[in-house]
Amino acid sequence: MSKLISDKTKAVFLGPLSKNNPITVQVLGICSALAVTAKLEPALVMGLSVTIIVAFSNVIISLLRNTIPNRIRIIVQLVVVAALVTIVSEILKAFAYDVSVQLSVYIGLIITNCILMGRLEAFAMGNKPWESFVDGLGNGFGYAWILVVVAFFRELFGSGSLFGFQVIPQALYDAGYVNNGLMILPPMALILVACIIWVHRSRNKELQEK
Amino acid sequence: MNTNKNSYTLIYATVMVIIVALMLALVSSSLKGIQTANVELDKKKQILSSLNVNFEGQDAAAVYDKYIGTELVINSNAEVLSEVKGDAFKLDYIKELAKPIQERKLPLYIAQIEGETKYIIPLRGAGLWGPIWGYIALNEDKNTVYGSFYSHASETPGLGAEIAQTSFQQKFVGKSIFNDKEEFVSIAVMKPGQVAENQDQVDGISGGTITSKGVEKMLLSCIGQYEAYLKKSNGGTEE
Repeated sequence: MSKLISDKTKAVFLGPLSKNNPITVQVLGICSALAVTAKLEPALVMGLSVTIIVAFSNVIISLLRNTIPNRIRIIVQLVVVAALVTIVSEILKAFAYDVSVQLSVYIGLIITNCILMGRLEAFAMGNKPWESFVDGLGNGFGYAWILVVVAFFRELFGSGSLFGFQVIPQALYDAGYVNNGLMILPPMALILVACIIWVHRSRNKELQEK
Repeated sequence: MNTNKNSYTLIYATVMVIIVALMLALVSSSLKGIQTANVELDKKKQILSSLNVNFEGQDAAAVYDKYIGTELVINSNAEVLSEVKGDAFKLDYIKELAKPIQERKLPLYIAQIEGETKYIIPLRGAGLWGPIWGYIALNEDKNTVYGSFYSHASETPGLGAEIAQTSFQQKFVGKSIFNDKEEFVSIAVMKPGQVAENQDQVDGISGGTITSKGVEKMLLSCIGQYEAYLKKSNGGTEE
């Protein structure tokens, strides 16, 4: 059992949360980070869906890793991801219809997320299933927390609400406060991600390029 | 084993594709029944939403049967083609919209709420990224709006997607689709501050202009198909 919480596994899980974050350090998955962060709820759901899909496709690819012909490995990875996403989407449609209606756009976006292919190619192809599963979880959460932070600021200043609930009091609006329209437009997500990268790098000097 | 041989690669790819295809086909066909039922139930919920009926915590199908007394299939000349309940509901509206207007079969739902008749017209149009749709309920005068419901496939969250919010949908209540001269003009969705001439208007969504205009076009084209039906009995009762 000591294998389950070995130092390496711990590093595999914690790395992507900070020093090797898929968004702020590897700059992967930016497109979806722009698309789903205008509101907190879709950002959270997208983060969770990606986490689940990365973790499980990592496990499947890791189990198959010694049998996959080198020349078609990318295709095999793509087929596994696409099949997994399709099955999840079908199951949601049957048993959680309301959620699937809300997620309609994002489910498709999961397949195109660079983090998936990146992790499959860089990690799952060369590591055992358990480590791959942990790596998937780590990267998924690393992706999710950035999304949630960006969405928090965009929804708060763009719509004056959090999870759809009004948090900025009406009195403030009456006093002349206005929601910032730029916040809900996609460019603001880029600017916020850049701010996070800035803070992140100034706190971790070793990440700065010379 | 040499995994780089051509034959191995070919066999691997073939087997993989067959397994995945079988798996997806199995999942899809075994879940089909539940999914269709979900889609039908969702449609009933959408129709009820346009009537401002609260079905929270109740069986939406039963609530639907309670309120929607009549389902008609009509054509653009106001002739009733079918009164059998279920015919209008099962009609493929998207397919009908692709036909020339004279050949279209149009579904119309008639509800009884607190003793008053409401006419519900299904809507279908295009937003910025994909289809938008909805239902609009008209009062007994077949002119003023009783309630409306809109939804979308893939409009931008926070912008165009706001058409699915009740705050937007409530703006339509009480607006007229005919002007003073009894001409069909529909309802305009305008940028806040702009004024539409000769017709009722509601404020669109800032930053979601294309979706807002999509709602306007959808109202004009879809309600327009029912113009003859709406006018016919209008004149009859007023004289």
